[in-house]
Amino acid sequence: MAEFNDTATLSAAKSGVDTRAQRQASLSRIIVRVLIYAVTLTLGIMFMLPFLWTVSSAFKAVRELYIFPPTWFPENWQPQNFVVIWQLVPFAQWTFNSVLVAGLNIIAEVIAAAAVAYGFSRFQFAGRNFLFVVLLSTMMLPIYVTIIPRFLLFRDLGWLDTLTPLVIPAFFGGSAFNIFLLRQFFMTIPRDFDEAAYVDGASSFTIFTRIIVPLSMPALSTVAIFSFLASWNNFIEPLIYLNTSENFTLPLGLTWFRVVPMEQGEPRDHLLMAASVTFTLPAIILFFVAQRYFVRGIVMSGLKG
Amino acid sequence: MATTALPNPKKRRFSRIGLRQNILGYLWISPWLIGFTVFTFGPMLASIGYSFTNYRIVNEYRFVGMENYVTALTNDSLFWPSLGRTFYFMLISVPIGVIGSLLLAMLLNQRLRGETIYRTFFFLPTLTPLAAAAILWTWLLHPDVGMLNYLLSLIGIDGPAWLASTTWAMPSIVLITLWTSIGGGRMIIFLAGLQGVPQELYESAAIDGAGEWSKFWNITLPMISPALFFNLILGIIGALQVFTTAYITTRGGPGRATWFYALHIYTNAFENFDMGYASALAILLFIVLLIFTIIQLRLSNRWVFYAGG
Repeated sequence: MAEFNDTATLSAAKSGVDTRAQRQASLSRIIVRVLIYAVTLTLGIMFMLPFLWTVSSAFKAVRELYIFPPTWFPENWQPQNFVVIWQLVPFAQWTFNSVLVAGLNIIAEVIAAAAVAYGFSRFQFAGRNFLFVVLLSTMMLPIYVTIIPRFLLFRDLGWLDTLTPLVIPAFFGGSAFNIFLLRQFFMTIPRDFDEAAYVDGASSFTIFTRIIVPLSMPALSTVAIFSFLASWNNFIEPLIYLNTSENFTLPLGLTWFRVVPMEQGEPRDHLLMAASVTFTLPAIILFFVAQRYFVRGIVMSGLKG
Repeated sequence: MATTALPNPKKRRFSRIGLRQNILGYLWISPWLIGFTVFTFGPMLASIGYSFTNYRIVNEYRFVGMENYVTALTNDSLFWPSLGRTFYFMLISVPIGVIGSLLLAMLLNQRLRGETIYRTFFFLPTLTPLAAAAILWTWLLHPDVGMLNYLLSLIGIDGPAWLASTTWAMPSIVLITLWTSIGGGRMIIFLAGLQGVPQELYESAAIDGAGEWSKFWNITLPMISPALFFNLILGIIGALQVFTTAYITTRGGPGRATWFYALHIYTNAFENFDMGYASALAILLFIVLLIFTIIQLRLSNRWVFYAGG
């Protein structure tokens, strides 16, 4: 860039015509630049507005939601909306259920996916490539192809209307995507490390826990984030497995809260806003805390895919 | 003598290593192997099995041959419309979504000051869980007091009833889908792809006098074609299974305007408990998806360019 500017001034010094052309070129470049900033900023605001309006509405009194034109800021701040939701509906129970399911999913998926990825990345076993292709192709399998027999299986096991069916599959590696991601990462760890340990008499378990896992913390964090988000947002499986409102996870509870009749037909739209914001908050906080793991994980999935 | 004697112990040592490799390998992948058998492959076979029965949970069931499939294709008034609607949704939302994500990524790739801030602005909506997004958009799209119709009224447009209108419910679902997906993983993948294009290519093209447009078509697009392919495949798979947003906001209405194929499967399976028929519907969806994926893989040879070989 600096070099380019030097040559520009050099040639500009040579003739006056060049200077004018140069100035015009840089002027149009500035205009383009300003336009790009304007477009990006406008789009960014457009994307954020629905979000910000919801946060603002979560603090409104319910009648203010029915005012036209809609207000950007609450006329009367009503932060108690965020308290009422915990009293009016089993919001605490839903949060507990969601946190429990997400927590178990994170632990189980990280451990199981890492073990399976280790197997795929480090051992020469018969049918490895075939099984890996099978694993990858399960990512494209629509949930509807397996959900009915799974529902019937969980019914026979007496697991319906409990959180168990939302947790158990995670212990078997959960999403194929996580295994794929970790396997790609493990492939980048030099084999010399585990071979040296192997020569020293280390077992494959020791190599896994002492070498592979400590070196893969960033990738494991990414998997933890993805499995948290998948579990936190999971809608269709809770919808199919759970019946009693006390057993709901947050997405299902929120949907139930939206349609279930309240005593004396009390309006609750402002409370729904508060509940939605509260429900979204953990994902947002996680993003700000662990932004680089998000981005890295997504990039790895896309480029190697 | 030495040469003939050598291979034997070597071979034996190799096979011992091979045995160890096999045992350990299968041991380590066993969680997935068991999970795959119990939760994926087994259920898949069972779905195929059920699809040839009239299983409805309450009654004894029997083999009915192709009856479910024949019913779906010829005698279910909701089958073709729901499939058509799902294709329509895919044809609108996937191209807009993928091109939109690419455009956002190209904006972010202009080395803007504060790139992280803009990226966060685009990304945050995609973190909103669909159950929450459905609730907030129900309000934003409210026919009478919604923010969108208010903003439209400012420029003199009398906004439609959105989710409550048979004409506008589908575009509303598309809008919500775009908001929750356009700035997400897809955009980040494109951005990484764009940042991976070697600058020398642009520099030498500039020396040859190539304009911006020609640089885009001849350098950028081929170089990011793997990312484009990846996003297209995932986009189509996702769009064909669209469920949650429509289930929460419209329940398939009004007047079945957003009665997507997945809603049709769900209703038959878990509201009517017609498991045999719903299984047949699911298998048909699977076949459609398989055809789409195979076509895309075939076509990809013609336009996807892998720089690494």
